[in-house]
Amino acid sequence: MGILEVKDVGKRFGGLQALSNVNLSVKENSVHAIIGPNGAGKSTLLNCFVGKLIPDTGSVLFEGQSLLGRKPHEINQMGVSRVFQTPEIFGDLSVMENMLIPCFAKRDGSFELNAYGSVASQRDVQDRAEQMLIDMNMIDKREEHAAALSRGDKRRLEIGMCLAQEPRLLLLDEPTAGMARADTNNTIDLLKEISDTRDITIAIIEHDMHVVFSLAQRITVLAQGTPLVEDTPDNIKGHPKVREAYLGETQVAA
Amino acid sequence: MLGLNKKDTNLLIIVAIMTMLAPFLLNPFPEGSALAQFNAGYPDLMQRFVIFGIFAMGFNLLFGLTGYLSFGHAAFLGVGSYAAIWMMKLLTMNVIPAIIMSIVIAGLFAVVVGFISLRRSGIYFSILTLAFAQMSYALAYSVLTPITGGETGLQPKPNDPRLLDPALADGVTPRAGLFGLEMSSSTELSIGGWVFTFNAGYYVAAVVMLIAFYLSIRIFRSPFGMMLRAIKSNQQRVNYTGLNSKPYTLAVFVISGMYAGLAGGLLVAMDTQVGPERMFWTASGEVVIMTILGGAGTLIGPVLGAGLLKYMENILSKINKGVIEGWFAWAPDGLDSVLIYTVNMFVGKQWHITTGVIFMLVIIFLPGGLVELGKRGARVFRRRDRKGLGLEPDAAKQRNAAE
Ligand SMILES: Nc1ncnc2c1ncn2[C@@H]1O[C@H](COP(=O)(O)OP(=O)(O)OP(=O)(O)O)[C@@H](O)[C@H]1O
Ligand SMILES: [Mg+2]
Repeated sequence: MGILEVKDVGKRFGGLQALSNVNLSVKENSVHAIIGPNGAGKSTLLNCFVGKLIPDTGSVLFEGQSLLGRKPHEINQMGVSRVFQTPEIFGDLSVMENMLIPCFAKRDGSFELNAYGSVASQRDVQDRAEQMLIDMNMIDKREEHAAALSRGDKRRLEIGMCLAQEPRLLLLDEPTAGMARADTNNTIDLLKEISDTRDITIAIIEHDMHVVFSLAQRITVLAQGTPLVEDTPDNIKGHPKVREAYLGETQVAA
Repeated sequence: MLGLNKKDTNLLIIVAIMTMLAPFLLNPFPEGSALAQFNAGYPDLMQRFVIFGIFAMGFNLLFGLTGYLSFGHAAFLGVGSYAAIWMMKLLTMNVIPAIIMSIVIAGLFAVVVGFISLRRSGIYFSILTLAFAQMSYALAYSVLTPITGGETGLQPKPNDPRLLDPALADGVTPRAGLFGLEMSSSTELSIGGWVFTFNAGYYVAAVVMLIAFYLSIRIFRSPFGMMLRAIKSNQQRVNYTGLNSKPYTLAVFVISGMYAGLAGGLLVAMDTQVGPERMFWTASGEVVIMTILGGAGTLIGPVLGAGLLKYMENILSKINKGVIEGWFAWAPDGLDSVLIYTVNMFVGKQWHITTGVIFMLVIIFLPGGLVELGKRGARVFRRRDRKGLGLEPDAAKQRNAAE
């Protein structure tokens, strides 16, 4: 059984059947890509995993436990972290503070009324956040305002913040969208390294086939809210149904 | 020192020195001089400075850190006042039980109001808090008259039970005190043409304010404070980082309500009476203005804003037409009436106009409030300093080395 088991999930928005009969199994410690044309329901599916949406039908199990009806912070504390389609960071805070917050969440859980001790005196959390910034190659930017970072750096920071929580499952929604080639390649290297060196499962939504084929061990193709095929990258590349539904209209060259 | 970093320690020390020396600092003009009317060093006003400083400080913990704009904070101040006066009626005229009870009751009330209001954010949150405050105001006037004294309000009466105090002699009115030290007692010091007043109540309130200020610094620098700023910055990310934002916002809402209750209790300790107008929506609006005027989200800003607003309310409003006529006696006919007319628009009963203009100017040109003004001033000053001495590159180098 996979770390994430999705069974018969359906979700309707008014007259639009955004998802129907979605079955998906993500194997532990693998990189699983979900691809599909715009509006296929990829982000909607992720929303059903993290507590942003509750599917109308079906079930979502993470490590054997149902995620349905749980609050986002509960799901996160179970070990699921998500990187959003547009970077979600704390723009008003410094880079270091951005990194401190997930480190506190990891140590103290979803609520801790520590209103008297100073942040600076929490050595263990400070050291962890510092180490994460070093790992992310961002330590020289620690005092910078997060809102002032480049898009690539924001994305890097967001991934770092998710990793600081040591999630069992990392969900990424188009992490390289809008990035320059160099930044994209950096992100690929970063994710490869994470997946090789950590005990982590990655599910990634991506339009850029270069990224998908560089990283994924399994690929699910979603079209109009339903999985079309699920297979290895090599088989997906040559699959006639996939070419017809999806690859034909995007960059296959990569 | 005291678990604060160097910068915060310095700030606390400066504020402590200023509050302790306030009777001197606020009375710069000799008695009887034309400018003496601008002196603010009299007990009643000094007490207001520190008490409303506490009120704004607490409001700023909520608004400045989380961005949740409560428009009903005067309700907590009012509830604190009523709690304090009841302690004085039932238990003792000693201010300590009154102040403690004002914090406790306001805190409990804030749990209820916060629990309900925090189900919404943004403008809906503001409106819910406003509704609660106006409801409290209306109830204090009507249904709750047995507890609040309705329109006339409450005062300690000679025949109240006051279980812990000895019976008062005939014709003696009860006075608030601290183990025998009466809040209203003052000592005067005359030096040359100057008269300085040292009032017991002011010093009690000032010490409480310094403690509240110290706690507010601790909250700002704590992991809890950082989480609150994170909530203001991006609540979605907070939730997807495994943090439950609800208890965080409720906790700070209650702390903030306790600060307001404390301010209400101190008002009663200084002047032993309370009426429902204390909870009117304009009083809630006032603390918003104080905080923004001084600099929301900064440590000292709200205290400065409270001081500025209370100064204008008490000093500008005292300047009447006769006083202005005196100022412009030198001007030729015609010009003097123009000048008098113009200035008169901004003082006396019209002091609100001045406040309004200043508030608008701050919002447009100084969104960071008085604190930003200070920072900009310091920057200009430093720059000129360096240029004047031709030391710019050296100074920069030194700074870098220091960092
Ligand atoms: N909250 C919502 N309410 C109504 N309709 C929605 C909602 N969220 C998504 N949809 C619709 O559901 C469909 C699937 O959207 P979704 O965002 O999941 O697509 P996607 O595969 O992520 O597309 P893209 O590649 O453009 O990000 C779209 O038609 C979208 O308009
Ligand atoms: Mg999407």
